[in-house]
Amino acid sequence: MGALAPLIIGLCILPFFARAYVVEVAMLFFIYIMLASSYRLIVTVHDWQLYHIVLYGVGAYTSGLLAKNFGIPIWVTIPIGGAMASLVGMAIVRTLLRTKGWGFYIATFGLAELIRTIWLRFRTPFGGSTGIINIPYGPVVAGIDFSEHIPYYFFVMGVMFASIYVLYRIDRSRIGDSFKAIYADPLLAETVGIRVPRYRLLACAIGGFIAGIAGGLLVHRLGAVDPRLFDIIAMIYLLVWVVVGGYRTFWGPIIGVCVMQAAFEFSRPLMQIRPLFFGLTLALVLVFMPGGIESLIPKAVARWRRLRGVPTAATG
Amino acid sequence: MAILEVKELSKYFGGLAALSDLDLTIDEGEIRGIIGPNGAGKTTLFNVISGVYRPTKGSVIYQGSNISSLSPDQIAEKGLVRTFQRTALFHDFTVLKNVTIARHLHAKEGVFGAIFGTAQQMERENEAKALELVEFMGLGGLKDELAMNLPHGHQRALGVAIALATEPKLLMLDEPVTGMNPTEKQHMLQLIKKVRDQGITILLVEHDMRTVMGLCTYISVLDFGKKLTEGLPKEIQANKAVIEAYLGGEEIAA
Repeated sequence: MGALAPLIIGLCILPFFARAYVVEVAMLFFIYIMLASSYRLIVTVHDWQLYHIVLYGVGAYTSGLLAKNFGIPIWVTIPIGGAMASLVGMAIVRTLLRTKGWGFYIATFGLAELIRTIWLRFRTPFGGSTGIINIPYGPVVAGIDFSEHIPYYFFVMGVMFASIYVLYRIDRSRIGDSFKAIYADPLLAETVGIRVPRYRLLACAIGGFIAGIAGGLLVHRLGAVDPRLFDIIAMIYLLVWVVVGGYRTFWGPIIGVCVMQAAFEFSRPLMQIRPLFFGLTLALVLVFMPGGIESLIPKAVARWRRLRGVPTAATG
Repeated sequence: MAILEVKELSKYFGGLAALSDLDLTIDEGEIRGIIGPNGAGKTTLFNVISGVYRPTKGSVIYQGSNISSLSPDQIAEKGLVRTFQRTALFHDFTVLKNVTIARHLHAKEGVFGAIFGTAQQMERENEAKALELVEFMGLGGLKDELAMNLPHGHQRALGVAIALATEPKLLMLDEPVTGMNPTEKQHMLQLIKKVRDQGITILLVEHDMRTVMGLCTYISVLDFGKKLTEGLPKEIQANKAVIEAYLGGEEIAA
């Protein structure tokens, strides 16, 4: 935890010394961290659904449309976007309550496609395949212009840290314990009185909300929304972040985003083979490092301790 | 006073009758043994009673109310909890944490409580209660060990501790001493007796006849999903039909 302070300070200094491009990329990192962490919550308590990226889109479209068509300020549109995404997510889960196995995965993908189709088919209000443009940016508040990249950066960072904090507190609470119990052994969890369906719905509600506000944050930075941002390729990137980073703990997806997005940014010269690179990484991690990158950390810590001559106690 | 009644209970899997027209009445304070050869339907019976399966026909009445269509968590809330034949644990957690998680029914917390940390006092109480149970089951020295690292016998003891954490009124134990050595079996026997002395009714499925005869106040024998006979341990030991049902399997220890 103490390691976090220098990191936060570093992140606060960054926008004043880095190029605007780096600041924009950093904002995307924050948004992706919210996406990956919220997906991880749902994955561990419920299942690997394939519609999470669409909840990100629901948040984006909702925020964008409310701001553009009704002039509602972003402080309101973004939470409403989150709520909308949460409701859509819960509706999907309720619909698929009795669906198990492969049918579940196909069905989640199918419902995601349904929502994407609605965005593509209905030019009003969703703008069809070209999406929506001229979405308002952040307003000026107390002399600070939130349409500028540096103020908005701090806004996104603040929302990200707040979301992570909420997820962290839940993870550490009795509810988090029940979530982990459901992940470990759902039948045993039920047997000791944990209402598994209810907890699954709760996880999906929280996860959906965070994905939705991530979408809202995105759309008020881009000033536009494009349905291709929420397609199956984007869903696969989300999967890659969570699998490669690991999902056993809360930190895994954050690691996954940082590592894979850094690789993504540095692989720009190799633009064409990027999807190949991602797919290959996913496959290799699944085979050789099924616990993800975060599973290497306890081993690395133990080895470092041994090298320094510290007697290794039993690590949990 | 009947705490559990099973009436004309049948469970079919496709064409196979795992349970057929079964009638049982369990009184409060009993230690009831359910025995029978492999495939007799004992675990299916547990699964139906605890809500894992719905009965095909018949009903399960607990404390006077019909629980046949309830889910396992609803049934646990009413005070009916079972252990599993397979070792069911929250593998990644420590022994103490396993039991603390199982205190779920006696912990209250909402999402805002989670975020703002308002349930600390209750959590401390639950952890204390969990520690009591861990020590009661003889696992005190291992409380910080990961559940998956425990030897088999201790894992089964942990399974019982998890069930006890819910504060059940009726505890169903599915083969609690399987895979234990004689010393561990004796220890578990004493613990089960102590649990009954605390006022908890016990339903026990076991193959180990010494344990069954030493522990149970009354025994029901199943075969092919039907009730073969019932009686006191001495009567069952001498019953020809029961011995025949077991022929080719385990002998009933004298």
